[in-house]
Amino acid sequence: MEEAFAKLDIRKPENIVYKRTDLLVDRPLSYCPGCGHGVANRILMETIEEMGIQDKTIGISPVGCSVLAYDFMNIDMLGAAHGRAPALATAIKRLWPDHFVFTYQGDGDLAAIGTAETIHACNRGENITIIFINNAIYGMTGGQMAPTTLEGMRTATCPYGRDVKIMGNPLKITELISQLPGTYFVTRQSVHTPVNARRAKKAIRMAMENQKLNKGVSFVEIVSNCNSGWKMTPNQANKWMEENMFPFYPLGDLKVDGKLVEKK
Amino acid sequence: MGELRLMKGNEAVAEAAIRAGCDGYFGYPITPQSEILEYLMMAKPYETTGMVVLQAESEVASINMLYGGGGTGKMVMTSSSSPGISLMQEGITYMAGAELPALLVNVVRGGPGLGTIQPSQADYFQAVKGGGHGDYKLIVLAPASVQEMCDFVKLGFDLAFKYRNPAMILSDGAIGQMMEKVNLFDPIPRRTNEELISQCPWAATGKKKERDHIIITSLDLDPAGQEKVNLKLQAKYKQMEENEVRFEEIQCDDAEYLFVAFGLSARICQKSIELAREKGIKIGLFRPITLYPFPTKQIAALAKKVKGMLVVEMNAGQMIEDVRLSAGNQIKIEHYGRFGGIIPTPDEVVRALEQKIIGG
Ligand SMILES: Cc1ncc(C[n+]2csc(CCOP(=O)(O)OP(=O)(O)O)c2C)c(N)n1
Ligand code: SF4
Repeated sequence: MEEAFAKLDIRKPENIVYKRTDLLVDRPLSYCPGCGHGVANRILMETIEEMGIQDKTIGISPVGCSVLAYDFMNIDMLGAAHGRAPALATAIKRLWPDHFVFTYQGDGDLAAIGTAETIHACNRGENITIIFINNAIYGMTGGQMAPTTLEGMRTATCPYGRDVKIMGNPLKITELISQLPGTYFVTRQSVHTPVNARRAKKAIRMAMENQKLNKGVSFVEIVSNCNSGWKMTPNQANKWMEENMFPFYPLGDLKVDGKLVEKK
Repeated sequence: MGELRLMKGNEAVAEAAIRAGCDGYFGYPITPQSEILEYLMMAKPYETTGMVVLQAESEVASINMLYGGGGTGKMVMTSSSSPGISLMQEGITYMAGAELPALLVNVVRGGPGLGTIQPSQADYFQAVKGGGHGDYKLIVLAPASVQEMCDFVKLGFDLAFKYRNPAMILSDGAIGQMMEKVNLFDPIPRRTNEELISQCPWAATGKKKERDHIIITSLDLDPAGQEKVNLKLQAKYKQMEENEVRFEEIQCDDAEYLFVAFGLSARICQKSIELAREKGIKIGLFRPITLYPFPTKQIAALAKKVKGMLVVEMNAGQMIEDVRLSAGNQIKIEHYGRFGGIIPTPDEVVRALEQKIIGG
């Protein structure tokens, strides 16, 4: 059967409309089916392939569900300690200024334990790209409260819903970061539909291209689902995300070419 | 050749870093070592050798900048003092686990806690026994002079790259602050990226067509894999123990008793030897220079020759544990220590020798 399929006349290079990028290693991803991490990994690697910068890119994976991103991304990578990716990226970019350097981090990594490194790398205007996957939960450790967990949202460590009087407020770190003079491009995207994934990929392209300009941090937040942590099916999770996450974390650009985008 | 200069220990570290061809320094101010970052910022090596110098937002950031730089094969260093080094421990064990070279300088001050800004040797355990989690070792060098502060920067980098392991200079506030004549070695040019790529094929420098992508990590979720990592590290540490032990023996040939001391304490013991020998006590000094790997065999051999050893440290008794493990219990081995930033005088060390070893 497989052999017959391989011989089908239609399988000619000129007929290919879509193929898996070579920059994704041919092995199963460790993400749950339906999780946004997989799409985010893919569009990032597609971007690097399209830019032809595989040999000049150094990536940094976090501690979180994407800790093994270095196994999936066919580029040279370092696995950082929890929250410290921007510190690694700072040094690498300064020591290899003609290389492209990105970090890929979850919300616990970037906005809780690593807040200091995130803010200071952004404030110094390091010439790097930060990809921030905001799923409002700690996926890897089994669904605990994250800094970005919404008010009232249930997690393993706020089982009755996040009570802001006790647990503090959800942190809009992307808004905060957009205010820093060291950031050049700050945007919030999602990857839960093909249209959104295409938009997010465009944003990642811009964020990587910006490194050629030497103007500071390009920061791409991707509001994403965690169907396992949220205890929903992937479809339910995407719907819940649209209804609950997007009103609080609205999609769109916050800062372009170093200028804050006016709210309409 | 070289160049003679009168310098503080901390300044000698900074100048030696530039001369050693260091690619990047990342640090956060803390007394008594801030002169290292200050000297580098004044010297502006980024305009001459191209060395990056950056004041980080914390010691946590500094050590993780080292992880990034070291993981790409660059010659990177940081310096701090005790509380700052405590803060770095997570990053240090990650670097040891990922087998990354880097140089750390700890200009030790008294603890625990915020303690004092005065000199101490109370971070011996932290430096040689781990400090961070997991089974790992740092190469630890203990300078006893400003000259050694300079020379050990180069030696530390050489060993760090030879073994792909972080190396630490364990100094103290007195050696960092005191001024002495230094013979500075001639500058060594920084490696070009091409040289780095050929010398460090393990480093993440951007994936090339002819090789697989490189992953720098200390994670292996498979227990069998993680055990293999540990066995590989242990084999490497064994190599260090066989090849890199460094020490100094002063007047040990005819000695009936020995001082065992490192760093500043060894300097004081040298004066104590003079005083004791005037009294007719035949005493020498054994000074471990590498605290890890520890000169175990040498101390074991000396224990067969002498009647007793006084381990002098500016702490409550740390290196003495390694001395006792090396020497066994055939002879008397006691500790004399001062803490909290107090430096023992040569006289009181001799008195301690008479009371604890000779008389006792
Ligand atoms: C110093 C340290 N503290 C805690 C942990 C445990 N830990 C691993 S992943 C994680 C949270 C990850 O959440 P997030 O960054 O939101 O990423 P996600 O898994 O949701 O993608 C935590 C707390 C750790 N590895 N290191
Ligand atoms: S736990 Fe959540 S974030 Fe992690 S892979 Fe599964 S769905 Fe994705």
